[in-house]
Amino acid sequence: MKCAEFLTELTNYLDGVLDEKTKVELENHLSWCHNCYVVCDTTKKTIEIYRDSQLYELPDDLRSRLRSAIMTKCQQQKKRGPQNV
Amino acid sequence: MEAIQNKVVGPVSEELTLVQAAKRGDDSAFEELVRRYDRNVFRIAQHITQNREDAEDVVQEAFLKAYGNLAQFQEQSKFYTWLVRIAVNEALMKLRRRKPERTVSLDEDIKTEDDSLPREIADWSPNPEQQYTQAELREILSKTIQGLPPGFRTVFVLRDVEGLSTEETAAALELSVPAVKSRLLRARLQLRERLGRYFQRRDDGKSGDKHVDDKTKDVSSGDGNQ
Repeated sequence: MKCAEFLTELTNYLDGVLDEKTKVELENHLSWCHNCYVVCDTTKKTIEIYRDSQLYELPDDLRSRLRSAIMTKCQQQKKRGPQNV
Repeated sequence: MEAIQNKVVGPVSEELTLVQAAKRGDDSAFEELVRRYDRNVFRIAQHITQNREDAEDVVQEAFLKAYGNLAQFQEQSKFYTWLVRIAVNEALMKLRRRKPERTVSLDEDIKTEDDSLPREIADWSPNPEQQYTQAELREILSKTIQGLPPGFRTVFVLRDVEGLSTEETAAALELSVPAVKSRLLRARLQLRERLGRYFQRRDDGKSGDKHVDDKTKDVSSGDGNQ
């Protein structure tokens, strides 16, 4: 496997959906190609950092305000009868 | 290296029961759906719009639209995927309104094939996120993802932050599976490269800055030719 091929398989590899043969070839490539190993490892860290970041969490008070506003509007909409929104 | 595990949002059968009850006019069932997905919709909306007030509007408008069009929901896909599609469209509309000088669409950002190929290979510190306070880290992550084109960050957020499958992401964005995969790869690589500026290993004071030094040298030699 060459570096360019590694890159095309990277997303499937990180998502765990590579077939066994390609996975072995890719891991073999990673065992000797330091640059690709670093790209693979830091891409995986990038995903994990974003996934675990709790960026843009909805605060509880805002959450209940939004929910009650949504439900009030839904009920008003129901009273007005069916229509395309 | 192990594969990334996805977040799972909640049992599908329970979701369907709630949707069917809501369709019959049970508002408390709909409220339960709001409770179940409001955080996800808010996160997605804020990632796309990069603006908190817009994200609040998107949450309200998306659920209201879902409520108004519930009868049209076919139950062949997951309610959540359908809701995400509505929310993404609302969020993109907000973005268009705020940036009328630019056309914002999911198709705008395909440039050259190698625009996101790795150039910076330097390794990161072992626990890079621990070099920063929570607030600093959030600022870095938020600024970094903001720099991605909307079509890339939307795919990244749905797949990697919210844990939708590739197929669900494709359905929610009305894109093909190969298009989702290609954008996801580029989004991941671009974010990796941008985060590298903050997370590179700098233990000996040289290794992490090597590429930067090289670039500086290139620039100064360029100046010398003028």
